[in-house]
This record gives sequence, C-alpha cells and structure tokens, in this order.
Amino acid sequence: MAAQFTARTDTGVKDVPRLAARDITVGYGDRTVIDQLDVAIPSGVITTIIGPNGCGKSTLLRTLTRLLKPTGGTVVLDGEDIGTLRTKDVAKKLGLLPQAPVAPEGLTVADLVARGRHPHQSWLRQWSSDDADVVRRALVMTGVADLADRTVDSLSGGQRQRVWISMTLAQGTDLLLLDEPTTYLDLAHAIDVLDLVDDLHESGCTVVMVLHDLNLAARYSDNLVVMRGGAVLAQGHPRDVITAELLHEAFGLRAKVIDDPVGDRPLIVPIGRAHVRTEL
Amino acid sequence: MRKVRERMNGAEVAGGISGVDAAEAKAPMPPGVRFGPVSFVWRPWLVLVTLVLAAAAFLIFCLSISVGDFPIGLSRVIATILGRGEQVDEFVVMDLRMPRALAGLVVGIALGVSGAITQSVARNPLASPDILGITAGAGAVAVFLVTATGGTAAAVTGSVGLPAAALFGGLGTGLLVYFLAWRRGVDGFRLILIGISVTAVMQAITTWLLVSADIRDVARAQVWLVGSLDNRSWDEAGVAFWATLVLLAVVATVAFPFKPMHLGDDVAAGLGVRFGRVRAVLLLCAVLLAAVGVSAAGPVPFVALVAPQVAMRLARWPTPPLIASGLVGALLLTGSDLIARAALPIGLPVGVVTAVIGGPFLVYLLVRANLR
Repeated sequence: MAAQFTARTDTGVKDVPRLAARDITVGYGDRTVIDQLDVAIPSGVITTIIGPNGCGKSTLLRTLTRLLKPTGGTVVLDGEDIGTLRTKDVAKKLGLLPQAPVAPEGLTVADLVARGRHPHQSWLRQWSSDDADVVRRALVMTGVADLADRTVDSLSGGQRQRVWISMTLAQGTDLLLLDEPTTYLDLAHAIDVLDLVDDLHESGCTVVMVLHDLNLAARYSDNLVVMRGGAVLAQGHPRDVITAELLHEAFGLRAKVIDDPVGDRPLIVPIGRAHVRTEL
Repeated sequence: MRKVRERMNGAEVAGGISGVDAAEAKAPMPPGVRFGPVSFVWRPWLVLVTLVLAAAAFLIFCLSISVGDFPIGLSRVIATILGRGEQVDEFVVMDLRMPRALAGLVVGIALGVSGAITQSVARNPLASPDILGITAGAGAVAVFLVTATGGTAAAVTGSVGLPAAALFGGLGTGLLVYFLAWRRGVDGFRLILIGISVTAVMQAITTWLLVSADIRDVARAQVWLVGSLDNRSWDEAGVAFWATLVLLAVVATVAFPFKPMHLGDDVAAGLGVRFGRVRAVLLLCAVLLAAVGVSAAGPVPFVALVAPQVAMRLARWPTPPLIASGLVGALLLTGSDLIARAALPIGLPVGVVTAVIGGPFLVYLLVRANLR
C-alpha cells in the first residue's frame, strides 16, 4: 500500500512548468483582486487552488486561461506570453471547464463533446474523420460512451460533469483547468468526478482545479496552492502544506489535522462550537 | 492505467485521450459528409425540414401571387416567374403582385433570422427584436415623421421617408439598448429587461405623438404601425431584398464561430472563440435585419419571436436554426398576408393576423416555461 502511494507522488513532476503566472495583477474596474502574484503549475500533476471565499481563486484560474486579461504581468504557456497567442491556438493547448456550465435543452452528449473539436475546425471543415475519432475516445475515456445519444439535460449531475470534462478532452489538450468541478454535486458524485480527474492525471494530463472542500483537495492533489487576499500563502504537497496553523492563517478556521485513516494524506477535522469535547 | 500511461509516452501526439485506443471506442457518432478537406455533420432531419419549409415558402409565395381580383392559376404563375408566361399574366404577376409577395418573403426571412440570432445570443426565447425595442423604436421614429411633418411631407413619407425613418429608428434604438445593457459584456437577462423598458418608452412616445397629432396623419400612421404589405412597389421590395441578402451573407461568415456560443461565454472562450467580437457583429446584423423588415412592412408583431421557436420545434434542434427560422418567418408572414387578403374581411393588415397567431404562441411558451 505504502509503496504504491510513493510511486504515485514522484511521478511526473518536471522541471519546466507548462503554465505559469509571472507577477500578475488582476482586477475588475478599480478593484484589484490579485496583486503581483507568481505561481508555476508543475507538469503532470494535479494542482488544486484553495482559499477562503473571495480570495481570488477563480480569478487566478480565469487569468491562467486568459478569460481575464491581467493589468500587469504575464501568463506564460509553453514559454510564450499567452496574451500574444491566437485564441484558437490557446484552445488547442489548454482545456477549460468553467463553473456550472449549462447546455441548451435537447443537446445530445455526442454533440456537446463534438463541440470540443471547435478549435481544430473551420467553416468548411466541420466534422472530419479525425474529429469523430477524437470525440469517440474522449467519450470512452470519461466513461460516457453509452450515453452518447442521450440529451445532456436528462443526465444526473455527476454524469453531466463527466460529459463536460469529456468535451474539454476532445479539444485534444493534456492541460486541463477545472473551475470547481464538484459544485452542486453530492459527495458520491463529487468523488466519482474527482476519481475521473485522477484517471486523467494518471494518463498524463496536467490538471489545475479550484475546489472548496479542503479534504477532497488534500486527497486528490499533489500540489496545493493556498491563497488569501489575492496572494499565494503557501504552495506544495498537501502533507507539507496542510497544518492547523496554515488553516487558521488562511481561513481563520480552528481545526485539527490528523492522519487520514484510509490514505496517506492529512485529514482536516474542523472544530467549530457544536458538540465538541470541552478539552478542545 | 499504468499501461495506458506507458502507451501514452510512446505516442507522438500529446494529450490525455491519445492513450485510448480508437478501436475500443464504440460510441455512436453523428455521421459526416466529407469531400476532401470539406466536411460537415450529416443531419438528415434538419436538412429535410429545411427543404420542406423552403418548398412550402415558395408555394405560398406563388399562391399569394395567384390569388386576387383577377385569379391566375398556379402553373401560370410559376411559368411567368420562370419567364415563360403569357403577356397578359406578365403585367399582373410581375408588376402588380410580385413586389408584395417578394416583400412578404424577404421581410419574413429577415425577421425570422433576426429573432433566431437575438434569441441565441441572449440564450433566451423572449429576446426577440419585438421585445428588445428595435421594432418599437422604428415605429416611434416613423410616426414622428408622419405626424410632425404632417400633410406637407406626405409624398416623401410615402415611399422613401417612412422606411428610412423606420430603419434609422430601429438601428438607433437597437444600439441604445445594446450600450445600456453593456456592463463588461452583455448579459442576456439584462438585455431583455432594458429592451422591455426602452420598448415601453418608445410606445409611450408613439402614443403621445398619435394623441397630439392631426387625425388624418393618425389614420395613416396607424395603418403602418400595425404592419402591412399593401401597395408595395418594386423599389421597396428591391431595397429590402438586397439589404437582406447582404446581411445574410455577413451572418453566414460568422456562423461558424457562433456555433459554440450556445454553451455560454466562458465555454466559448475556452474553445477559442472571440465571443465579444462575434456577438457584436451578429447583434448588429440582427438589428439591421429587423430594421430592414420593419422599414419595408411596418412593425409586424411576433414574427421574429415566434418563427425561431417554431423552427426549433420542427427541426428538433436545441437552438434556433438560422435558415429554418428565416423560412418559417417567410411562411408565417406571407401566409398571414394571404389569409388577411383572401379569407378575412377586406382591409385587414397582415400584422393583425400575425398577432392573432403569435400572441397565443407567446402565452404557450410562457406557460410551458412555468410548468417546468
């Protein structure tokens, strides 16, 4: 058991990050959300951005995907300033799943996943045999091939999220950015989606996601980026990063960090006030 | 999984999915039509529905020419259109009735496509040019021209001034709504709310102009305001035809980047679409199409709202299909005009009929949305 865990943690961390933010400042109008932040996304691992509400997690993710343009600094993708690349070229390298996307009623799973081929298509070349191949593989890989003919609105929340991830895979990227992929999902479906994310990582994808649930973040990531007030507070392996002191500093949360009885990652037990033993 | 990973490393193409064997994948895919570098998804039902609609629109168009005080058989109408008719029919078909039928067809297409664009962009079936204030703005400016200039400008307002005023009013109001709704991008719901407000203001202005105007001007303005195809000339029909054709060509060029926009701005951006630019071009085309339609036939109500929704249901398509929406619009407008002329008491303008059909349909849409 232990050997397996070690084998997993040392896979794939390469020296050159494919995606990095250099000294970025991002804001909406006069309000600055992120101030001179530096972060590098290691290749081949799952990086999860955590932090309290309003700390700029989603803003950082959106800036990394160039949905938001930083007022200062640059985002670097494969050695190039992302702002100077063509949007279609960015879409071929980097797949983005926004928070809670909505498909029009009646759209089939196959048609939605096929939309993922858009950056590779043109006015006259809208459905090549390559497109069909890649879409088929994306469906199989996310375990939704049997649902191809169903409409997206008829699926459960977990299946729907698998289909959306399938669409970003159909872009042909191995760099996936997922903004809160477990929002609105119950715990079982959330685990299901995160297991899929881990499968993708195992097959060579670099994943960056934003998660709210700290224990799921600790369990499923190799690299945590902890943010507070638009800055990176700590970054590293969950075992090194997650401590009671850090949780208090980042979230103002009183918690106990214990060994996870089923894994090798830390487990956070929030203290709060109700039904807590008095000695705490 | 380990095995998948090893296979991945050997593969030339990077990407998470290259590890999956295509042969293992048996998911049913939409069939494709492919000739060399050109490829499309083959949608038999959509193509069939579109062809049937086109045939039906052509039939109604011919029927509209054949019906009148001097009835001409359908076969003779078609022969005359193809240039193989008799001299007697030529005058009635080409000079008297064709402009009206063509105006109906063109205005219907323009309004239908315009509605399909606005509904798709706002991702809301209520977002049609009628609701977004374009029609009401065109009406207000046109009525202002009729009532303010009075009888003195009657000759001008008749053929050139009125359509030009409507075009100007529609475009101006459309742009006003767009800029008022702009707040770091355009949100569909905000667009509709502002559209409804601007519509109300424009209608109030129209009412005020009518109340304070000379009674003879009011009568003339009133007929135009309901929407009518009466006494269309070749000039008017021709201008509408060419303007619509040019605008449809522009829409066609941005139709491809428009495809993923049904999935929302963020998803579209993630797929490499510069949605701000595409949306601005499309909305401008939609406003101009609606303004061209209104300037040629008056503010015919409900066509732009209903046509895309009917087309969606006929084609069983998740979003308003552009071509089919235009054809349904043409069918609805030409058909209503035919009913107004042939089956109802004389002098009823086409707008009354489209309202009678469109009103209940809007109620049906709202009730259906409530039931869900």
